[in-house]
Amino acid sequence: MPEIDVGTPVSQLVDWLTTHLGPFFDAISVVMLALLDGVLYLLTAPHALLMTVIFAALPLLARRWGLALFALVAFLFVQAMGLWVETMETLAVVLVASIIAVLIGVPIGIWAARSRGVSNVVRPLLDFMQTLPVFVYLIPAVFFFGIGVVPGVMATVVFAIPPAVRLTELGIRSVDEEVVEAAHAFGAKPGQILREAQLPLALPSIMAGVNQTIMLALSMVVIAGLVGAAGLGVVVVRGISTLDVGAGFEGGLAVVLIAIYLDRLTGAFAESGGSLRGLMRRRPALLPEATASTPSAIAGPTS
Amino acid sequence: MSHSMAPPDTGPVPIVAHPGRSDRTPAIEVRHLTKIYGQRGGAKGWSRGKGAGATHKPAAKDVEFTVGEGEFFVIMGLSGSGKSTVLRMLNRLVEPTSGEILLDGKDIVEMADPELRAVRNRKINMVFQHFALFPHRTVRENAAYALHVRKEGAAARTERANWALETVGLGEWGDSLPGELSGGMRQRVGLARALASDADILLMDEPFSALDPLIRRDMQELLIKLQAELRRTVVFVTHDLNEAMRLGDRIMIMRQGEVVQLGTATEILESPADDYVREFISDVDRSRVLTAGVVMQPPIAVGRPGDRPSKVLERMNRPGAHAQGAYVLDADSRILGVVEGEAIAGAVHRPDARLEDLARPPLGTIRTETTLSEACTLVGGDCVPLAVLDHEDRLVGVLPRATLLQAIATPAASTLEGDRHHA
Ligand SMILES: Nc1ncnc2c1ncn2[C@@H]1O[C@H](COP(=O)(O)OP(=O)(O)OP(=O)(O)O)[C@@H](O)[C@H]1O
Ligand SMILES: [Mg+2]
Repeated sequence: MPEIDVGTPVSQLVDWLTTHLGPFFDAISVVMLALLDGVLYLLTAPHALLMTVIFAALPLLARRWGLALFALVAFLFVQAMGLWVETMETLAVVLVASIIAVLIGVPIGIWAARSRGVSNVVRPLLDFMQTLPVFVYLIPAVFFFGIGVVPGVMATVVFAIPPAVRLTELGIRSVDEEVVEAAHAFGAKPGQILREAQLPLALPSIMAGVNQTIMLALSMVVIAGLVGAAGLGVVVVRGISTLDVGAGFEGGLAVVLIAIYLDRLTGAFAESGGSLRGLMRRRPALLPEATASTPSAIAGPTS
Repeated sequence: MSHSMAPPDTGPVPIVAHPGRSDRTPAIEVRHLTKIYGQRGGAKGWSRGKGAGATHKPAAKDVEFTVGEGEFFVIMGLSGSGKSTVLRMLNRLVEPTSGEILLDGKDIVEMADPELRAVRNRKINMVFQHFALFPHRTVRENAAYALHVRKEGAAARTERANWALETVGLGEWGDSLPGELSGGMRQRVGLARALASDADILLMDEPFSALDPLIRRDMQELLIKLQAELRRTVVFVTHDLNEAMRLGDRIMIMRQGEVVQLGTATEILESPADDYVREFISDVDRSRVLTAGVVMQPPIAVGRPGDRPSKVLERMNRPGAHAQGAYVLDADSRILGVVEGEAIAGAVHRPDARLEDLARPPLGTIRTETTLSEACTLVGGDCVPLAVLDHEDRLVGVLPRATLLQAIATPAASTLEGDRHHA
């Protein structure tokens, strides 16, 4: 049995990339840090209590009173545990990573939905990304970007892209084929069909993908903490490494609280986003009898 | 009206002849049209369960037909016989493997995409089996879709959509969403969407098969009415023979991708091309399928007020008149009354006798869409054959008893033969 050495070329490639594309990675690093700092600034500049009120107000846009109350209690509790800044750092990482993952994943999903070939290539790639143990690419990421928050975000992005791609593709593919045919039959261009029929009708599925992406990103924060991404991950890692079970538990609890909050919030927006137009258009109940009494020329008894 | 003003021989009232193929300019000409699925774009092939052998059987094979302008053309056949494939090739939703499809003499198979889109938008529209409305657009926006695609202004869109919705009887529902409508109403929107674009050709793929029978009946009536007013060229797929016979000027029967027979409802009932067609029509109650409009004869024994009795008498005695009397018609061919033969004969030598004074109301009349079974009880009771009226009460034909019996009687031999074959 000939021995095939896969490891050496890979590590050589990583070496080559670090030496030759150093400036490129540095640039990414700088942009990423600026982005994270910006988001973190937005989250921490206002007083914690004000932010708590804002977090509690967001669900009200989708008329979720229960979730608003939960947010109020949860974020006050986080402050009481003294983990406010760490929680906001984590939130910044999750937001930035999720936005990047969605910006990459959704277009790929659209592309895959439109081409069998792309779909056949992308699918195993996604499996690969999701099943490859995280540390395997977390370490090269540290080589490229150095210790800190950036490799954490990068690893998180890689991990969180697949659901965005998958659910976008699924959503577009499961749009009623006859409806798409109808758009073709009336002479619409492919781009127009995508914008006006496929994407709006796939929106619930795409939003479910966004929700999944955020959840996966959140599940990466502890691991990102290992490579020095500031936030709750660091709290948990420190708690474990110093055998301070209580501190670790506090960090974990804060993660769970924002996970529940983000999950319900995106879920609520996904639901109301899908039917928002319907809600706005719903007229005061129009009784079928009322219209049947004024039939127009050709109206049959069906109307 | 004086005697001299009447033309020498007005002859029978012009009847709406059953539309044949020769008297229309062709709107669609299909030649050697063949479709074999899975030849191009093999990516789909392996995922289909049945394997390569199944994909190489043509879904449509050397199909040829011509649809005249304003004709209602029905494609029939069992499930999987290739009806949808043929229909969808007409606007290239399905890409033909080979053949020609001429719309007004232009081959759409050869067209580049932009031209094809323009044709789909303005010339040939489609109504779908499951309505295929855009659920996130209002009924009015759905109806205006073709105009939206061709980027017409909001005012023009609204006006046109409102007209189309009015036409299908949904004038009040423009602001609703499709989800708020019943199935029958949704299909009306589907119809309005196709009407609003002003396309000459309407493709309909089993448009009423998802509706329950009563509503289907309403929709058929709506379509018949619309067709009488708008005269679009319609290609209509169904596997309901009764529907085909009610609606179709001509019917094309398909089996395994090939055309088995093409003809009018009566032609198919009278002389089925083979056992497949015979089986198709075997369980059809002819008296319930055939309508008076299909089998009626031209009304020969007719007179106008002022016609000379002798002339009416002469018409009454022509072969094929089947009459012991005559209908008196006004200028619009509406029946003023019936004059019995004896009364006319008695009036021949009385110059002052006026036809209309001798007339009495007919014992009964039927409409073109009356089925023969409904006509049975009325036929043969009067001295004139039963009058067939259109929906504006004009006399368009008559139904003599002999014609009715002949039409209902199935050619006994062929039925037996068919039974033996399928036993
Ligand atoms: N997209 C496709 N790819 C491969 N084969 C197809 C495709 N569409 C139809 N066929 C095959 O072509 C044949 C004709 O199908 P078609 O849909 O035209 O039949 P139909 O007469 O409309 O049937 P139905 O009454 O069930 O609608 C069938 O054998 C079908 O399996
Ligand atoms: Mg079909």
